Amino acid sequence: MTNSWTDIGNTDLVWIMGGNAAEAHPCGFKWVTEAKANRGARLMVVDPRFTRSAAVADHYAPIRAGSDIAFLSGVVNYLLSNDAIHHEYVRNYTNAAYIVREDFDFNEGLFSGYNEETRGYNRESWEYEMGDDGFARRDMSLRHPRCVFNLMKAHFAPYTPEMVQRVSGTPEDKFLKVCEWVASSANGEKAMTIMYALGWTQHSHGAQNIRTAAMIQLLCGNIGVPGGGVNALRGHSNVQGITDIGTLTGSLPGYLAMPTDAEPTLESHLASRHFTPLQENQTSYWQNYRKFYVSFLKSLYGDRATPENEFGYNWMPKLDTTYDALKMFDVMHKGQTTGLICQGFNPMMSIAHANKSIAALSKLKFLVSLDPIETDTVRFWENHGEYNDVDTASIQTEVFMLPVATFVEDEGSFTNSSRVVQWKWAAMAPSYDSRTDIDILADLFLRIRALYEDEGGTAPEPLMAVDWNYADPLAPTPEELLMELNGKALVDLRDAEGNITRRRGEQLASFGEMRDDGSTDGVQWIYTGVYGPGGNFAQRRENDDPSGLGVYGNWGFSWPANRRILYNRASADPSGKPWSEEKAYVYWDGSRWTGADVPDFVATSAPENGTGPFIMNPEGVSRLWARRMMAEGPFPVHYEPFESPVPNPIFPNVRGNPAARVFDGDFEVFGDAAEFPIVATTYRLVEHFHYWTKNVHMNAVIQPQFFVEMSEQLAAEKGIEPGGWVRVSSHRGSVLGKAMVTKRIKPLQIDGRTVHSVGLPLNFGPIGLTRKASPINVLTPPVADANAQTPEFKAFLVDVEPSDGPATA
Amino acid sequence: MFPVIPNPTTEPVQPSFGEADLLRRSASNITPPATRQTEVAKLIDVSKCIGCKACQTACLEWNDLTEEIGDNVGIYENPLDLTPDTWTLMRYTEYENEQGNLEWLIRKDGCMHCEDPGCLKACPAPGAIVQYTNGIVDFVKDNCIGCGYCVKGCPFNIPRISKVDNKAYKCTLCVDRVAVGQGPACQKACPTQAIVFGTKAEMTEYAQTRIEDLKSRGYANAGLYDPPGVDGTHVMYVLQHNDRPSLYAGLADNPRISPLVETWKGLSRYTGLTAIGAFAAIGFLHHLVSGPNEVSAEDEEAAQKLAGGGRDT
Amino acid sequence: MSAEPNIPGKAVHPGNPVTVDRYSTAARINHWITALTLILLALSGMALFHPSLYFLTALFGGGELTRVIHPWLGVVLLISFSGLFLRFWRLNLWKRTDSVWLSRLRDVLTAHDENLPEVGKYNAGQKLVFWLMTVLILVLFGSGLVIWQEYFRQYVTIEQMRIGVLVHSMAAVAIICVWIVHAYAAIWVRGTISGMTRGRVTGGWAWRHHRKWLRDMVSGKSGNGK
Repeated sequence: MTNSWTDIGNTDLVWIMGGNAAEAHPCGFKWVTEAKANRGARLMVVDPRFTRSAAVADHYAPIRAGSDIAFLSGVVNYLLSNDAIHHEYVRNYTNAAYIVREDFDFNEGLFSGYNEETRGYNRESWEYEMGDDGFARRDMSLRHPRCVFNLMKAHFAPYTPEMVQRVSGTPEDKFLKVCEWVASSANGEKAMTIMYALGWTQHSHGAQNIRTAAMIQLLCGNIGVPGGGVNALRGHSNVQGITDIGTLTGSLPGYLAMPTDAEPTLESHLASRHFTPLQENQTSYWQNYRKFYVSFLKSLYGDRATPENEFGYNWMPKLDTTYDALKMFDVMHKGQTTGLICQGFNPMMSIAHANKSIAALSKLKFLVSLDPIETDTVRFWENHGEYNDVDTASIQTEVFMLPVATFVEDEGSFTNSSRVVQWKWAAMAPSYDSRTDIDILADLFLRIRALYEDEGGTAPEPLMAVDWNYADPLAPTPEELLMELNGKALVDLRDAEGNITRRRGEQLASFGEMRDDGSTDGVQWIYTGVYGPGGNFAQRRENDDPSGLGVYGNWGFSWPANRRILYNRASADPSGKPWSEEKAYVYWDGSRWTGADVPDFVATSAPENGTGPFIMNPEGVSRLWARRMMAEGPFPVHYEPFESPVPNPIFPNVRGNPAARVFDGDFEVFGDAAEFPIVATTYRLVEHFHYWTKNVHMNAVIQPQFFVEMSEQLAAEKGIEPGGWVRVSSHRGSVLGKAMVTKRIKPLQIDGRTVHSVGLPLNFGPIGLTRKASPINVLTPPVADANAQTPEFKAFLVDVEPSDGPATA
Repeated sequence: MFPVIPNPTTEPVQPSFGEADLLRRSASNITPPATRQTEVAKLIDVSKCIGCKACQTACLEWNDLTEEIGDNVGIYENPLDLTPDTWTLMRYTEYENEQGNLEWLIRKDGCMHCEDPGCLKACPAPGAIVQYTNGIVDFVKDNCIGCGYCVKGCPFNIPRISKVDNKAYKCTLCVDRVAVGQGPACQKACPTQAIVFGTKAEMTEYAQTRIEDLKSRGYANAGLYDPPGVDGTHVMYVLQHNDRPSLYAGLADNPRISPLVETWKGLSRYTGLTAIGAFAAIGFLHHLVSGPNEVSAEDEEAAQKLAGGGRDT
Repeated sequence: MSAEPNIPGKAVHPGNPVTVDRYSTAARINHWITALTLILLALSGMALFHPSLYFLTALFGGGELTRVIHPWLGVVLLISFSGLFLRFWRLNLWKRTDSVWLSRLRDVLTAHDENLPEVGKYNAGQKLVFWLMTVLILVLFGSGLVIWQEYFRQYVTIEQMRIGVLVHSMAAVAIICVWIVHAYAAIWVRGTISGMTRGRVTGGWAWRHHRKWLRDMVSGKSGNGK
């Protein structure tokens, strides 16, 4: 989230799209109902289904799953062509005025630099035109034909309301109502918040969905202001935390990058990360990357990390490619993996193309599961008839289950969608023989290291070099770990005058104290301050709110720097005066930046300096134009899902996201519309938490069985009885469920033909107290977003037919 | 927002009401206390409800109920109906309004805690159903005989009789929580404040703000469901379409205790006992007046004669 | 039904007074089972009918047991009464003389039997009691099933149950009234009860109240039914 859960209470308009907050985030949804009840805020929902969120919305517009960019681009076009934008914000706080290189081009759905062979782009031409002064050129009058603003107008012009209706199936009047409401927030006085979740991310163009939404918010001036923002609703209580800590293979804690094969030395890694300011007086905060990186290495290798050995950079693994979950299973499927350790992970259920996942698991020598429950994955070898029809005898994978304490039996911190790190205490001791994750991992680490010590082995150095400095090496405490994330001074730190600012061994109060000479450590710079000299701020529970804007600055710790709204300098105009008196948040009081929140800015940098509010960017402004940051182009383009009921109505020659990775042989696993004409989308149910609670009696009671949601028209066409059995098939497999025939899904007219949709909840499986079901990912395609490698779970093709139900033994 | 009810202290608390605060007791003549406790009410704002069923599980948990795991039959309701173990249930209605727009009306069903409780009136077992002066209608398991008369008395089809112990069950309005200053468990669990709890006066007043809000959103007929046919209820709804409560999964439009039940419990009782008494009295009087109808000696002689004449002796 | 021992012609026993067999042992047992059941039903039913009579549940071991027992007693009553019905229904068929008898109710009530037509085994009043009992027991049984929620809840709607319970209560009142008439008549008309206790009545009783029946007994015509 750019903003926070509590900040949603400040909004005037809530737009839920690509998510179903009432269903998946019922507790956070409370802030939506507060904004509605207290401020008279309006709520609009755009979704393929009339969801639980839509049930309490003021406006609902249907959309075909997978066509969000067309819809959102239609909104961009509406705002631009009706001049319904926040002019001053767009001019000063976005790169609208920046001039793009002359060799940039966009033609027939493809940007300049495309290489069909590699399914990738040479992104050189997507950059700004540079001036002789070393800064990017811009035209503040926005008249230059190649300034971002004018390129944008031309680029989005095709997305007319008629085109949106044709591509997305949204009736024009319902679409226009959305546009009008969005436009009503483009003035600095009113604010709109956008809430999204996996309904936007789980597409082959997921990152661009969110980018388009961000562009709308920038055009409306809704970023950095109370009640605004682009707000990702994170699923698990700590999924923000696991992203922050860098569990994705391509990243390190705090969104630092994992070294690649192309970066053999620390300097080569840092070379592409200088982030020189592109305008005068810009902060370009990522210039500090080196400090954060070196502090991280110091935490990892301790005294063994020295300037001489590049702080141990050499010990870091170097990636040859991205190893996201799909890639891991592809490698496993090729028989190239010996063992898999799943920690709180149920891949048989959660990875696309489950039949391939099950085949891949069958090729492992061993599988280890660290989990409080017996997951479906650890029983992948078990034949469940219709629901998991495997040949048990032929599977030789040895499965180990290590019982882990549940979250109520373990203390530590959770980081929620608001980026707030909150401590939670153990309510009880671990049950039975279970141990905490930390204890198990510490034990494993020490045993493996001991084996290397005793027996030697290939390249033991990285393992041996790790600094394992805990009071009890077998049981590091969560407090020790949080302190380690925070970082400390390794020597007495001095300022320019030579005064000691931080004593050796003291915790750091802010990442501003980090140094690149090895005199500080800290695993995760963005968390610095959570456990500073003042103690464990994650444990703070003060719910005072002096500004009345729902800031709650002394509740837990919000990264970075306890800031509750990111880019909050943008809540004030260039002269430092709040856009809206009612929503005055961070402003210039004549001598410094002050207000309800921690300014996301150098507190003493006067407005006259012209420093932009988006301090992470070398431009100092936000990017309507993404430069080279996105794999498939600087502007979003409507690309169909890889399985689409129609050819791309706007760019008929392009199939799917041209930059998305498709594994060898996987084009063959895609189905086509002739055989599978129905659009399917998967989602969660409020009654369950992922694949866990199907093991819990009470949750099984309130939602006991897998079902397939479909329109009355589709049911009539196929002869499907409400409540009867139905078989859903994709090109990869089929599942059985109960038919939920509803008015909440309607057939849509797409490019002149009727397109049906079905909804498939994902919480059911072969194991648990709920009625048995196949993993829903039996159906889903193994293709993912070109940037984040998030699988395309939300839009694929199936067919449905009535069924007599499972064969009875 | 309605102010949140603070968490309870960890110290033991004396219940704020009990046996001495009964307004009515089934099949019993009692004298209610001179002063009534402040009437309480639960307000269910249907327009804020997201149908998450947190209230349903909170109810199961607080009341330590174990419901069976059922099947999906093509609808969101689970279980399919109230049961002896499910005292509250989310009911979902898909309604296409006059503008052709879909509305998904989600109503939390359960005991309404009528001011004029039909269940209590129908109940033959003394003290099996009680009504506290604060308005809560509660079933007292130990006194329940399982006759099911409450089922017939209820205008909302709420009580359910257990197959296991043949006792009647329904929402207690968490009488045990309310007695120590807490709101019902469902209210506590509701993430969107679709359920709030307080005095009936507060709830009625608060509902007006919600109704205003709904009217501003185009629901001209928004209103408070506090049906006069049962003298009002202690569980009230804010409905978007208060002119048509039955849209909400058949919520009674004009609930009142069935005339059949009124007749049974009123007229038939008194006329019945009167009739029985009258018959007995008439017999008694008749006997008093006319004396016994005795066989006379002549009758016996006649019989002798007949018998003698009829055959040999 | 097994044959009655009081074979016509052999049912009249000389003596002073003459005695006449009126009910066989089986019939009497059948009657008293019916009677007892009906009384228990009335008591248990009344207990649940009016709060002031709830104390009667003590007779049955409390409210819950009363609720359990009452419908089963109803089943016993239905079976038992069916026995009586099969025994006596022919004798209770309405005759022309019954209407005459009934039209002279004043004479009946003032014990001027001499003004009444000669009566067979049953007079019109008894026949009315018989048929009212029959109808009311059927109504009570039927409405009782409707409200026997332990077993039949799923087959009926709440509205049907409400009708059922109202009908049941009204029919119960009616049958109790009929029973009062029945019992009172047996007490008022002295000499009647022995017919149902020892099975015999005196000849004089028969002469006075059921002369035609007596004549049939004496003459050997079948008059006792089965």
